[in-house]
Amino acid sequence: MISQIEAYSLAKNYDGLRALNQVSVRADCEKVTAIVGMNGSGKTTLLRLLAGLDVPSDGKILIDTRAVTTEELRGQSTMVFQKSVMLGGKVYDNVAYGLRVNELPRRKIPERVKSALTCVNLNGFEKRKARKLSSGEQQRVALARALALERSVILIDEPTANLDPANAMIIEQSIKEATHSRVVIITTHDLAQARRISHTIVHLYQGSVVEQRETTAFFANPLDERTKRFIKGELQF
Amino acid sequence: MEHGEEEDILDPITEGIIRAIHLIISGDPEVYAITKLSLFVSILGTLLSCVWSIPISAALALRNFPGKRVLKGLFSALIGIPTVALGLYLYLLLSRSGPLGYFQLLYTPYAIIIGQCILVTPIIVSFATSALESVDPEVRSLARTLGASGIQTDILVLREAFWGVALAILAAFNRAFAELGVAMMLGGNIRNVTRLLTTAIALQTAMGEIALSIALSIILLGIVLSLSLIVALARRTS
Repeated sequence: MISQIEAYSLAKNYDGLRALNQVSVRADCEKVTAIVGMNGSGKTTLLRLLAGLDVPSDGKILIDTRAVTTEELRGQSTMVFQKSVMLGGKVYDNVAYGLRVNELPRRKIPERVKSALTCVNLNGFEKRKARKLSSGEQQRVALARALALERSVILIDEPTANLDPANAMIIEQSIKEATHSRVVIITTHDLAQARRISHTIVHLYQGSVVEQRETTAFFANPLDERTKRFIKGELQF
Repeated sequence: MEHGEEEDILDPITEGIIRAIHLIISGDPEVYAITKLSLFVSILGTLLSCVWSIPISAALALRNFPGKRVLKGLFSALIGIPTVALGLYLYLLLSRSGPLGYFQLLYTPYAIIIGQCILVTPIIVSFATSALESVDPEVRSLARTLGASGIQTDILVLREAFWGVALAILAAFNRAFAELGVAMMLGGNIRNVTRLLTTAIALQTAMGEIALSIALSIILLGIVLSLSLIVALARRTS
């Protein structure tokens, strides 16, 4: 179990464009940290760096104050993508894939799959074809797939984008429960959702952090002018 | 007059269909031998080609290296290579006075297999590369974030592209099974040795045995269509 993950002065360039600029954020165990911001603010870029899927152009990522490589990050974290990617085959195979490649003993896999599916209210879905499920159910399978790995850090990109309220509620509940012994970081542009489920909020604007505070304080007393306008819905892209 | 001409055209077709059914049901040994040999050389030629074509496709689709686009373009262009031209170059290579004449492969089924291997390579490479490239790029990210190694990630992408790759192999088999130029030039259409369905059809047509040609072509088409149907059904039920 880790106690925190920290990005220190992180930067990322894509084709000469600065997607992230000197970003420093910290997320603690047993808490949900929400990264908020408008489209194109760098939320997904930051999440991919924290997941070890991309290499930063500058800066470093620390786990419990120790700088880690992208490979180490991939060993400690897992990411759920905004567009849930379903592999061909059954729901069971989708959830079990990560367990198999991580060489979990075969006899333990069914139990772990079942437990993960229970967390997202998908009991009995094991034999269903994953790609035939609704988008909400697919997103829940994607979350179950991440939970099954029991990694210390779970990164979730726009967990409920375009989902109906029922599915969104189940996912939000699962995210809250996932904080047990874990660091959970989500990105969202839905401020109401961030308020409901997060403990800390990081506001990204044009690739830079403009404010990082506890959720209650973030909404009650925003310090940055851009954050005030963002909350009011007045910030222009 | 016109009516009579129509009958002349229709008769051999009807006769061919009846003869095809008769040949299949009666188990004509020569037709069965020709069909068996055709299947043998085309299946082996296609499978052998897969040994290098699939890894080449994987490299083209999943790796970046200098000259990749040129190579992809080259394989695409080679799909349309005239089989007679390929047959001629291979004939020169395999003929007694050619660089590979020592192996005495000309006019054997092995020469046809070699020719078909080369003929279908661009088909498998181009189609399988497209199939692999059409897999959602996020599948790679997903595999990596779930802890898969580089090789495990590539295997997952291959698995996700399974049906696309299977169709590429099927297209290659159909091309090998139905081609004439390579089989004729390298095999020589020798009875009971290198006679295939396509070369037998060409020969029987030249000899005016239209009904037998039609019978053989029905067997040829039947096999090609049956395989395509089986793959389509398997894909639907998977």
